Amino acid sequence: MTTASTPVPARAHGERVHARSAGFWADWRTVALRALRLTWRDPEAFGPALAIPLFFFVVNVGALQAFVESGSRFPPGFDYKAFQLPVAVVFAVTGISRAQALVTDIQDGYLDRLLLTPVRRGTLLLGLMTADFVLILALATPVMLLGLALGIHVATGVGGVLMFIAMAGFWGLGFTGFPYAIALRTGNPSAVNNSFLLFFPFAFLTTAYLPAEAMTGWLATAVKFNPTTYLLEGMRAVLQTGWEWGEIGKAFAAIGGIALVSFTLAFRALAGRVRRN
Amino acid sequence: MPSDAPPPAIHAQALARSFGDKAAVAGVDLAVAAGEIYGFLGPNGAGKSTTVRMLTTLLAPTGGTATVAGFDVRSHPEAVRLRIGVALQEAALDPKQTGRELLDLQGRLYGLPSAHRRRRVAELLELVDIGDAIDQRIGTYSGGMKRRLDLAAALVHQPEVLFLDEPTTGLDPTSRAAVWAEVRYLNQELGMTIFLTTQYLEEADALAHRVGIISHGRLVAEGTPGELKRSVGSDLVIATVAAGSAEAAARAVQAVEGVSRVEVSDDEVVMAVDHGARAVSPVAVALADAGVAVEGLTLRTPTLDDVFLHITGGRLKEDAA
Repeated sequence: MTTASTPVPARAHGERVHARSAGFWADWRTVALRALRLTWRDPEAFGPALAIPLFFFVVNVGALQAFVESGSRFPPGFDYKAFQLPVAVVFAVTGISRAQALVTDIQDGYLDRLLLTPVRRGTLLLGLMTADFVLILALATPVMLLGLALGIHVATGVGGVLMFIAMAGFWGLGFTGFPYAIALRTGNPSAVNNSFLLFFPFAFLTTAYLPAEAMTGWLATAVKFNPTTYLLEGMRAVLQTGWEWGEIGKAFAAIGGIALVSFTLAFRALAGRVRRN
Repeated sequence: MPSDAPPPAIHAQALARSFGDKAAVAGVDLAVAAGEIYGFLGPNGAGKSTTVRMLTTLLAPTGGTATVAGFDVRSHPEAVRLRIGVALQEAALDPKQTGRELLDLQGRLYGLPSAHRRRRVAELLELVDIGDAIDQRIGTYSGGMKRRLDLAAALVHQPEVLFLDEPTTGLDPTSRAAVWAEVRYLNQELGMTIFLTTQYLEEADALAHRVGIISHGRLVAEGTPGELKRSVGSDLVIATVAAGSAEAAARAVQAVEGVSRVEVSDDEVVMAVDHGARAVSPVAVALADAGVAVEGLTLRTPTLDDVFLHITGGRLKEDAA
């Protein structure tokens, strides 16, 4: 080695530390806390998600409430606001994820920095999804509160309010796997941006605007096979009818089905990303 | 008889990586001793970063074997990760976290208790040397600050083996000097093994105990900087000639007494000679006799770039050092 041209710094690195695997739960917590912290710093990522469905809720109710409630197809006392509230909350929480941030991590090389540590690979997604779940609950709550403020009567009481928010939370969580799968497969921000298109058939080929009995033909068939229909029916039951466990059970089955598909896609995409090929 | 020498910190045999039909690394053999600074020198695209990504478990080899800190990178990547620190070519940071948050998160993922994390962050603040900016978001940092923070992130858990992939590319001279000083400190005071890839000759020359030169995915030379330079010759005479006349100049000086080897690079003719002072005049006369227009005649000792030219027939970029 040739003569040194810069001095060695006169300082100490102290007593040695010993690296070890932090463990599954600690890794999960660490990744989730980072995601939560950054979610808070990204208000642009969730502000529109809340504002847009609230806007449509107010517009839809304002435009159609009198017409629908005066029609002969609906029973006396039918509350169109309560009918529309699940639509607003489902629109607010579906597609919420930190997939765009994950793409940024991939592009900036920060995912590589994480992969160089002993972090359990699965927690890299679980931590993000945990933050998503917290955000989704935080988005569903003001929508519910708006509904109460507008005079919606919840047939199942306080427990029903909590059930309603929980159903929205689990639905939103179950849907997160799709954008994560796209983010991990492509590493492309545009592809993730366009993933909301996935939600269109889920959102509109449903009983979002009219009850199933009012639909005919191919639309009625599509609605029958759309899991969002069963989610909406379950949430409406909680709001309007009471503890109808058959409807609520179908809603959770729909959530479970969506979650199974989307999580499978997401974790397979993660495995592909970290396979080191 | 069994050897008492400690096992190498990094050991690779026929390490290879292909992407489709293209071999990025085509069979590299390496043995880096514990406590050594090993310079891995080569131009862009030679296979340096791919080698580092395999040794650091980010990329699976398609051929050969490698152990780092005693563990196979293919079969025991988790054990390797606990023992290495890595600063990749591009600073791999999260612009929305603060520097302190990033270092703390690194410490958490390496299982350090909170007291140790706080102490390590405080110690590494001296290296990062960014004052109060440590509590500002990384997105506001300059390139030099990011590089230093990236190096600090690689050191949070005090790794046995540190991989630095072109750690000073794009840095200003002051930041580069700080990184060099830190590399020396880590090696001399903490005994850390350091695998340093660089395209900067001066960097490899100044820091590395041994240098490996990689070209087209193959290790083409290895030794101490002194050994490598001596392999080229004790002195070099370099004639810069008019465009297009280098080949004629090379032919003209082949027979000059004392010239042991002649190589051509663009408009330069590089002559290895035993006694430079004695060779200059005969070389100048030979070139004049051959009618070659000489624009410059230089006598100097060999550099690693001369080694690279000798081995590969091309020069490394001189834009760095």
